[in-house]
Amino acid sequence: MREFLLHGRIWVLSGPDGRLIDDIDTDQIFHNAHLHITEISQMGAHALGNLEGWKDFPKKAKPGDILIAGRNFGAGSSRQQAVDCFVALGVSAIVAPSYSAIYFRNAVNTGFPVVRAEGLDRAAAEGRLHSGDEIEIDLQTGRGRNLTRNEPLGLEPLSGVQREILEAGSLFRLKRS
Amino acid sequence: MAQTVIEKIIQSHSREEVAAGRIVWMDLDVRSARDFGGPNVVKNFEREYGPEPLADPAKTVFTFDLCAPACTLKYADNQQACRDFARARGLRVFDVDQGIGSHVLMEEGLARPGGTAVGTDSHMNILGAIGCFGQGMGDVDITYAFRTGRTWFEVPESVKVIVKGKPSPRATAKDLTLYLCKVLGTSKIALRSAEFYGPAVASLDLSGRITLCSMITEMAGIIGFIPEELRNPGPSAADFPLAGTPAVGADAGAAYAKTIEVDVDGLEPQMALPPSPNTVRPAAEADGIKIDSGFIGSCTNGRIEDMAAAAAVLGGRKIKPGVMLKVVPATRRVYDEMLQTGILKTLFESGAIVLNPGCGGCAEGHAGLTGKGEVEVSTGNRNFPGKQGKGPVYLASPATVAASCLAGEIIPAAEA
Repeated sequence: MREFLLHGRIWVLSGPDGRLIDDIDTDQIFHNAHLHITEISQMGAHALGNLEGWKDFPKKAKPGDILIAGRNFGAGSSRQQAVDCFVALGVSAIVAPSYSAIYFRNAVNTGFPVVRAEGLDRAAAEGRLHSGDEIEIDLQTGRGRNLTRNEPLGLEPLSGVQREILEAGSLFRLKRS
Repeated sequence: MAQTVIEKIIQSHSREEVAAGRIVWMDLDVRSARDFGGPNVVKNFEREYGPEPLADPAKTVFTFDLCAPACTLKYADNQQACRDFARARGLRVFDVDQGIGSHVLMEEGLARPGGTAVGTDSHMNILGAIGCFGQGMGDVDITYAFRTGRTWFEVPESVKVIVKGKPSPRATAKDLTLYLCKVLGTSKIALRSAEFYGPAVASLDLSGRITLCSMITEMAGIIGFIPEELRNPGPSAADFPLAGTPAVGADAGAAYAKTIEVDVDGLEPQMALPPSPNTVRPAAEADGIKIDSGFIGSCTNGRIEDMAAAAAVLGGRKIKPGVMLKVVPATRRVYDEMLQTGILKTLFESGAIVLNPGCGGCAEGHAGLTGKGEVEVSTGNRNFPGKQGKGPVYLASPATVAASCLAGEIIPAAEA
């Protein structure tokens, strides 16, 4: 059974201009040079290893941290490692305006919370979202709050299947319908 | 209720009522895994299901195309782990000699019009070219599909893309595809199924349809279909036993999220500049950029038509000294056709390096990597930073890549 109320420090995947980086693809998240790795515990060290400005992420991330990403996060390949590398680091969730379809499924099926939130682009661009802020998100209700800035954070609630799989732990644990 | 192409295909594989936005369970006709993803599937399966059976071994296959034959010990180990699992479970393996899995599934008739297929390949939606709902998935999804033969899917909305006008004779299917990557970007058909209509797409031969449908992933779409009749099958159609089967068409009155019109009248050769497949300009604007290497192949441009287009440009000429041209046919069947038609000899004599079938430049290791500062012009489908090594990659048609390799610099293909 998963925890549906998450509280953590955020990492905002923004560029030098402060805006969220859109279209971050799986080769930037987990480069194809490491595709042969099949042990989740070995994947964390390569998370964001090919994303300019974020290569030291595995050293900085702490268990419970939440990743804030841009639009179409996880574009590109179907590699599960691009999700598992964050699981390995103990990242507790990703929040982004949108994801690539395959990336989103991969995260849902492995029981890793991925949440959609339309207004993030603006919040980041307007300087209302910074790495290091503490946020709280309720996966059940879609309510979120930036505790550092004391501002609400609007999220989309999870779909039925997503909630069922999260509750079960993973697709493997889902009762066969 | 009137249904779109994707709704009709999913409906024929589901007991639930299918409509865009609903999450339904659907049956999968084919579930496959590659040498990437495959070893993770084996590991997941053994951990989660142990000795439990696969839903149907006859519908479950491995295809090795990424590192073929294995160029690192890790890949060798991973491929062998899949082979061992396949032997123990009675599954077919299309091994390192066979080529790109998605193409092999079409050649073998496993992927069929109106069918469903999944695999650990984000370009599995290329099967839309023959009217099959293909979908790339991660190893958790595929493990579950191996075991149960089913998966859940959120039925996507559909977008109607009407392609108007007549491209210039210099523009190929790849140029049309790159232009659509530019116009549709990563948002217009994102998370949706696209149905392409209009003479410029309906007249594409099967290899051209493959090229277009192979890059729907780069447009962030779920899949693309070309429902109009395949009037001009082309040589590759002979490789696909079911390609002549009528594709699924949408019902009259089906609901679309939107209709987008794209004018391609007079379209000239296009090129995707670094850093993304959506950064597309007329190839003429990149004219004169010095190149170090070229790549012809990939699931996007690895059919015999693509090889013939390159050979026609090369003629009897030699590529510019100092330029490497790497050529990788999509499948063993294409390789054989290159051999039979003399195309292989033409490419060889031009100075090209012709490798065995597989994913080629899109996969780390199979056809070499680009070093820092090495400029490559490629027929692949992705040029994200670091995708094919450290050098900048420009995406173009086989004809433009061949012409550029002769010149040693980017030059748009002339009229064929």
